[in-house]
Amino acid sequence: MKFTAPAGPNPIDQGKVIGHPHDRIDGRAKVTGTAAYAYERNQLAPNAAYGVMVGSTIATGKITRIDTSRAEAAPGVLGVVTYKNAGKLRKARSHAARLLAGPQVEHFDQSVALVVAETFEQARHAAKLVRVDYAPVQGRYDLAAEKANAKVPKAGQFGPSDSQTGDFESAFGRAPVTVDSTFTTPDQSHMMMEPHASIAAWHGDQLLLWTSNQMIAWAVHDTSEILGIRPEKIHVSSPFIGGGFGGKLWVRSDAILAALGARLIKRPVKVALTRAQVPNNTTHRPATIQRVRLGADPDGKLQAIAHESWSGNLNSFREERAGSQTRLLYAGANRLVTHRLADLDLPEGNAMRAPGEAVGHLSLEVAMDELAEKLNLDPVQLRVLNDVQYDPEKGPERPFSSRKLVECLQEGARRFGWSKRNPKPAQIRDGNWLIGLGVSSALRNNPTKESEARVRVDKHGKITVESDMTDIGTGSYTILAQTAAEMMGVPLHHVTVKLAESHYPVSCGSGGQFGGNSSASSVYAACVRLRQALAHKAGWDIEATTFEDGKMSCAGQSMPLAQAAGPKGLSAQDKIEFGDTQKKWAQSSFGAHFVEVGVHRVTGETRIRRLLGVFTAGRILNPKTARSQLIGAMAKGIGAALCEELVVDKRHGYFVNHDLAEYHVPVHADIPHTEVVILEEIDDKSSPMKAKGVGELGICGIGAAVANAIYNATGIRLRDYPFTPDKLLDHLPPV
Amino acid sequence: MQPFTYQRAQTPQEAAQAAQKHPHARFIAGGTNLLDLMKHQVETPPHLIDVNHIGLDKITSAGDGLRIGALVRNTDLAADVRIRRDYPVLSRALLAGASAQLRNKATTAGNLLQRTRCPYFYDTSKPCNKRKPGSGCSAIGGYERNLGILGVSDACIATHPSDMAVAMRVLDAQVETISPDGSQRTIPIADLHRLPGHTPHLETNLKPGELITHVTLPKPVGGRQTYIKVRDRASYAFAAVSMAAVQLPDGRFQFAFGGLAPKPWRVEGAQNAEQILAGARTTPQNAFKKTLASRLITSALQGVKLP
Repeated sequence: MKFTAPAGPNPIDQGKVIGHPHDRIDGRAKVTGTAAYAYERNQLAPNAAYGVMVGSTIATGKITRIDTSRAEAAPGVLGVVTYKNAGKLRKARSHAARLLAGPQVEHFDQSVALVVAETFEQARHAAKLVRVDYAPVQGRYDLAAEKANAKVPKAGQFGPSDSQTGDFESAFGRAPVTVDSTFTTPDQSHMMMEPHASIAAWHGDQLLLWTSNQMIAWAVHDTSEILGIRPEKIHVSSPFIGGGFGGKLWVRSDAILAALGARLIKRPVKVALTRAQVPNNTTHRPATIQRVRLGADPDGKLQAIAHESWSGNLNSFREERAGSQTRLLYAGANRLVTHRLADLDLPEGNAMRAPGEAVGHLSLEVAMDELAEKLNLDPVQLRVLNDVQYDPEKGPERPFSSRKLVECLQEGARRFGWSKRNPKPAQIRDGNWLIGLGVSSALRNNPTKESEARVRVDKHGKITVESDMTDIGTGSYTILAQTAAEMMGVPLHHVTVKLAESHYPVSCGSGGQFGGNSSASSVYAACVRLRQALAHKAGWDIEATTFEDGKMSCAGQSMPLAQAAGPKGLSAQDKIEFGDTQKKWAQSSFGAHFVEVGVHRVTGETRIRRLLGVFTAGRILNPKTARSQLIGAMAKGIGAALCEELVVDKRHGYFVNHDLAEYHVPVHADIPHTEVVILEEIDDKSSPMKAKGVGELGICGIGAAVANAIYNATGIRLRDYPFTPDKLLDHLPPV
Repeated sequence: MQPFTYQRAQTPQEAAQAAQKHPHARFIAGGTNLLDLMKHQVETPPHLIDVNHIGLDKITSAGDGLRIGALVRNTDLAADVRIRRDYPVLSRALLAGASAQLRNKATTAGNLLQRTRCPYFYDTSKPCNKRKPGSGCSAIGGYERNLGILGVSDACIATHPSDMAVAMRVLDAQVETISPDGSQRTIPIADLHRLPGHTPHLETNLKPGELITHVTLPKPVGGRQTYIKVRDRASYAFAAVSMAAVQLPDGRFQFAFGGLAPKPWRVEGAQNAEQILAGARTTPQNAFKKTLASRLITSALQGVKLP
């Protein structure tokens, strides 16, 4: 199905199953421990041996010698994989560095060996016996120091790194009210609950990979590229995933080393990274330095907007697109967005939940707060004043497919009691706590991506959906079942959804908040085909045929689906393609965050007291799973504001605090009751589902709302994230 | 984890004797710290002596005070009605530590003997004088933000991570031990932990094989008792600075601090921040601890109810 024009009325509009807050259909399996995650799929490979990864203890340099003899002689050891016996390995184009080092070492904790043994304990012990000698060289580990050497990044999948509209510099020079602020955001780790894990088995020249991966087809492709074997020989399966957040978009060392280990010992091998290996062996969100300049008329209309961002990466890999939202969020005739990339020899920086926008809002939306104060305008009002219903870089010829930012801001302000906020900072106290309110807009782009699915109806009238789509905890199983149930007119429990096997039709996968909308659209497309096939088989006019209550009906006739399907059943497959809809319409989901913080007047600790997010994201396919994603993303955004930071040891080139005791994600005690409101919206230009992405929207902006609330509470303007107590202490009044 | 042998002791003296018989053996109780250290091979004891079955899991009256068995779990100690009534600073300190799950396992003696959380101590790819004497300190000049400013040396700036021990220090607790020869002694908590000097790998004054059997608390001092722990998130984080403060009925204060030093930090008789923080050695990353401790002390002296 080619989706090229706005969707007309379609069966999804009935809303009999779609749009209802159904529990996750995989929820029971997950909470009872019967959902087998990658490392637990023992029934598929009962004789799997255990592999433990050994990482490099230097960041940059060369391996001069690897001695595996002591490890190989240790009890239970079956083999040790190193670059010396791994055979020829290529670097996949989607990776910044190779997944097995040797002799060159590109980053700290890059895999240098896999020790395989009969038991996990034996492998872990022997892993410590692998002796590696290195010739280290000095690398570049400090973004601030390398900023001056940053270059224009090569054009990647996100288009040109820079954009200019009008003449920013002269407009900024002329503007009567200006803000010029520089912010920093640190490296961050995905820290999903389930670390990267895989079991690999070879059947002849066929590789079976049971892994934890967001993008099945990419995993096949990259494994093929790395190992130099044909994609059709590789079978990837990943039905349950304990979180990804972008950290499992591409195969990592667990999968490739498991495959190499299994090939070496001629037996299945399972590998899980340890928590401590996740930050340095895999990917992370790169740190940024961002300068935002805003120029406005005295009435608050923006005339000049500039967002310049610097980030670093290994091997000039990719830049963090912190200016993404600034291209679209507010009106203004004169605009400049640039991204520069410095070479750093830290581990690979890559996508993490709302790449670009998650950190971009942290500067833009604080700068807006600063501007509102200079203008003596309410920060909500300033944002409303500068709303724009079209892409402000491209002009009115590229309107937004739907945009209710103003409605989100106003509804949020009403519900939160925003009018009670005292615009003068440091005025409200509750015991030892200085109280403040903050607001931020939220914009997350709504990419849509080609996706394919197959739908079958059997002789009992039961429906089965198959696609290599993944469910990373988001609710894919449930919304796809709801889509098929709505389209085929059957109850939800008559639908079985099978996902994440590489022999199923290739989906969009999970990432960039495109997964729900795009993969549901593919199920929609396949169901349209199946409905046609059923009508055709019955000799009925599809235009006049309806599917309801397990029956199909046409011109007074009616037939149960079971009968219509016939003894062999019927199946249909289709792919959704989005043509140039993204070019014609700017597509984003929107929201507004409202936060109340308390800052302890003695200790400088910031604690969140109240949280409200109001969002729009087109049709909400399942309000319960959507709400869960928004809450989770808001919690993560609070982490970015208050505590999450991978600390770089700039001498040795690695992230020092590489475990969950020292890398502080928010805990329950940090997150009060989170109120989420989703406003009604139907977006017929996004997809036939008329939905938009919602999974990454909640993380965009909330950290800035926290920053703005801290300012309102204390009068202290912080610009270097995260806002740990030490950053406030020197600015707080004496006790 | 290195292979090791294991035995389950039935009495305190049997445990102490076993430790004498097996050089470099370690006692294991809750295991909340030792098991992690063994997995990282920061500790590689050839022999473990399980002391979970030697009794010592009761809190009893001792004169005007209390005698806490070494195996009393942190959860039980924090919830004990006598502790909550007469030594509230201890109960609060316990509940500020770790998580409920960890407190269910962690023991009184194990808590005192837990090791630093300095990230370089846990990272065997980096030099650490505490882990490998003479190899150097990676923390100095590295990630020092949460490391010590008092009692530290050029060899080591690690802090002691316990909350419980800070409260015990302010309460003048004493530690009772048994040695392999059966002899027993009592050590004031002030003398249990050592400062690093040139030998940061020596963390306590316990002798080889010596086992902590009890911690005793003197007669309740009454007064106003508070424990405040400042940290980067609301729960499950080690202290940036923690303060146990007791204002005695006569108005004088007793303070002890966590997060500042290689041991629970107390300057006897000190009544102001200047005295307590004298000799602080800060770096740009951890200088905030001095400011923070000073603000906490000033607030307490002003009678501000902090938590």
